[in-house]
Amino acid sequence: MNRYLLPLGIFLVLVVFLGIGLGLNPREIPSPLIDKPAPAFDLVQLHEPGKSLTTKDMQGKVWLLNVWASWCVSCREEHPVLVELAKTRVVPIVGLNYKDQRPEALRWLQQFGDPYVMSIVDGDGRVGINFGVYGVPETFVIDKTGVIRYKQIGPVTPKALQEKILPLVAKLQQ
Amino acid sequence: MKKILIPLLWLLSSLALAQTAQPTTSDPLSNKRAVALSEELRCLVCQNQSIADSNAELAVDLRRQIHEQIAQGRSDQQIVDYMVERYGDFVLYRPPLKATTLVLWMGPPLLFVIGLWLLLLYLRQRRSRVEVQPLSSEDRARAAALLGDQQGKQS
Repeated sequence: MNRYLLPLGIFLVLVVFLGIGLGLNPREIPSPLIDKPAPAFDLVQLHEPGKSLTTKDMQGKVWLLNVWASWCVSCREEHPVLVELAKTRVVPIVGLNYKDQRPEALRWLQQFGDPYVMSIVDGDGRVGINFGVYGVPETFVIDKTGVIRYKQIGPVTPKALQEKILPLVAKLQQ
Repeated sequence: MKKILIPLLWLLSSLALAQTAQPTTSDPLSNKRAVALSEELRCLVCQNQSIADSNAELAVDLRRQIHEQIAQGRSDQQIVDYMVERYGDFVLYRPPLKATTLVLWMGPPLLFVIGLWLLLLYLRQRRSRVEVQPLSSEDRARAAALLGDQQGKQS
């Protein structure tokens, strides 16, 4: 009987590790930018191409930066969640229109609703790279001093909003 | 007809696939550096491909970044640091040795040493088990009888 205990033990340890591995999402790579200042940007606005928005304009506020594109399928999934969030006026959302065409982006916002206090255009994806964006949609929570505090990779789900983003925003707004 | 068409389609389909990283500069030395760098960096979209192999849009953008930064005269280390600052150690196929990657680097040698130790332990135990059984005179007599018996039958 004893001689079976060791292989059984090894097997059980393996099962536990593989079980944990199955539960992890390999697409969620921890960002090195958490708790670091958000990269500086100066981008033109989607609705008024003559005007721009810089990182400094958002200082003193807790805000969300949502990276999206009209070609992004998961963005459709999260969009109603953002529209609902915008209605509550709890936190301003800035939309970063990532590698998109202006007419298509504008049509998209018209069709699905515009939750953004401001939309800015990152046509060639350079600002996206500075933010470490690799899969749209991504959403950053940025505090009053301009430091990134949280990054949501993939769509903002109602669950992520209630459990992570909103409590964090409330804490940062104090 | 089918005999000609199928090989023809075959040939054509391989043409469609023949699409790899396009160099953006004509300088062979910086091209070589760019290719070497992009082979060291992992694409975040298709995680089992390097930036050099991947045709994901992000990989194309990052290859462009590498080319631009080489043209600006930045060193390989500076470019790698630029990527790590944004995407973390994950982009490196050879992550640096630090507290969080200790298990990754030390795990395999450690498992090897443990395996070797277990093997030696087992071998020593087995040898002692074999040695600890001297034959009694009774056994010898029985063996002799059996051998003798067999010899008698064979002759």
